[in-house]
Amino acid sequence: MKSFTTTHSSDPMSAPQSVDNGKQPQNKLQQHHKLSTNIEDSPLQVQGLTVTYQHQPVVQQVSFSLAEGRLIGLLGPNGAGKSTLLKAILGLIPSLSGQVKVFGKPYESQRRRIGYVPQRESVDWDFPTDALDVVLMGTYGRLGLFRRPGKNERQTALHCLDQVGMADYAGRQISQLSGGQQQRVFLARALAQQADLYLMDEPFAGVDALTEKAIITLLEQMKQQGKTVLVVHHDLSTVQAYFDDVLLLNRQLIAGGAVEHTFTPELLQQTYGGKMAFLQGNDQQGILLAGK
Amino acid sequence: MDALWMIWTDPNMRWIVAGCMLLGLSSGLIGSYMLLQKRSLIGDALAHAALPGICIAFMLTGVKSTVGFLLGALIAGAIATFGIRWIAAHSRIKQDAAMGIVLSLFFGIGVMLLTRIQHSGDGGQSGLDKFLFGQAASMMREDVYMLAGISSLLLLLCLLLYKPFKLISFDAGFARGLGWPVARLEQLMLLLTVLVVVAGIQAVGVVLMSALLITPAVAARYWTDKLSVMLLLAGIFGACSGFSGTFWSSMVTGLPTGPVTVLSATIVFAVSALLAPQRGWVGKSLRQRRARQQWQQGGTAHE
Repeated sequence: MKSFTTTHSSDPMSAPQSVDNGKQPQNKLQQHHKLSTNIEDSPLQVQGLTVTYQHQPVVQQVSFSLAEGRLIGLLGPNGAGKSTLLKAILGLIPSLSGQVKVFGKPYESQRRRIGYVPQRESVDWDFPTDALDVVLMGTYGRLGLFRRPGKNERQTALHCLDQVGMADYAGRQISQLSGGQQQRVFLARALAQQADLYLMDEPFAGVDALTEKAIITLLEQMKQQGKTVLVVHHDLSTVQAYFDDVLLLNRQLIAGGAVEHTFTPELLQQTYGGKMAFLQGNDQQGILLAGK
Repeated sequence: MDALWMIWTDPNMRWIVAGCMLLGLSSGLIGSYMLLQKRSLIGDALAHAALPGICIAFMLTGVKSTVGFLLGALIAGAIATFGIRWIAAHSRIKQDAAMGIVLSLFFGIGVMLLTRIQHSGDGGQSGLDKFLFGQAASMMREDVYMLAGISSLLLLLCLLLYKPFKLISFDAGFARGLGWPVARLEQLMLLLTVLVVVAGIQAVGVVLMSALLITPAVAARYWTDKLSVMLLLAGIFGACSGFSGTFWSSMVTGLPTGPVTVLSATIVFAVSALLAPQRGWVGKSLRQRRARQQWQQGGTAHE
């Protein structure tokens, strides 16, 4: 927990954009951002990242660094800029300012150490190809532009499919897979990248309970292997069970840190604004409901 | 049979048929990628945009030179694609609407220039109007050479860059994450499309060129779930359409090649849509019927 750092821009020029942000808990924020550590070899260090879309700031002055070998949930309401942040980190969309370092080095030199799972809806699943072929795409980074995947790559891809429980579907046309199976194929593709840091955009979206369980088991395994996984997540009821750390985002980074200190009613209230109701349940943990 | 023999023996016809088949092959190939990238209409926009480019090239040089036309069409195509992107990026107008605006604007200018050239009484202008609907018979040997050159280049690049082209067509974001030069590769694909379009305008015409890009690709998709097979089939379907287009237009005097080629491609498409085993209409309804019967039998067996 001590190795988790977040810093918050206190630049007086940048007034808070979101109306949902409360005014008074400013000191609470400060408290949370004082977790300091050695950030030199952090798997992912983001400094002052700002993204604008048609002159509107979508992500503003976000700074944090992740600790190695942890599962981190990136939380926030719809439109908070979670996907945008992920894409900006990966350089898929241009950012106005900011710096991204991966394992202490500039992002560009470390691409092969990063695995990416985009949202399932971001591609057309009617594309003429099969599950194994999609997973093979995970090996393309090592192969470069021209080399064709060979026997080794196919073996890797099959193994990755097996890891997500999809070995029997290798030759299946991808449009004939269910949503959960498609999600698992995407995860297998990321596994085939053999990366150290993984960024996943809502891997739990629209999957059934069984798939969700399979995915979280896989994420746990990846963590055991020392991999760091940043996951955009929506379901607040599972945060405490799934993640070690959380980042709370609503255009700006509201807070970041270990679940037990950061996943608190006050900070969630601040992140989700009035859209959030907190109910104290029978158990100590409480039940969280996020809605409109 | 006599007609086929005539094509085989007439050296001029042989060239033209070969040219049209190469054109069909190339457009089927690159058209498949355009289709999978949901950019089917780009070919249409590029073909329409090529017309003013060709006219201006003719007005500047005063001669019908293939190289001049190619340059003119390339420049016009580049301006058009830039215009489409600029409008889509700097306004609330979506890309399809931007394409519609640019396409019709360029075509309008093209027709205007064409009319002006035809009224100028310049001796060299005869045959320029063939660019609208295409006349394969007006192709000369150097046109066929150019087509052969473009087709070989396209085939080579599609073989060499099969993997990146595939990944970009399926998931461009992932390719960008790998650090691949996605924008460059996309531009290369667009450039290849422009080349094919320009090369094809003389044979098929501005108005119908896009059909030769899209229709063989759509037809090929019906038969397979593998990209490599789809590319191969689209190339074959395109080549067959090119052959049949030149064949029929040479049989009937005054029949323009473009419409006949497109009709041929459409027949291939219709047959595919009906008869393809997995995705075809007949196969699907048969399977549905069988499933229903089985269910009904199963239902009665329970009783």
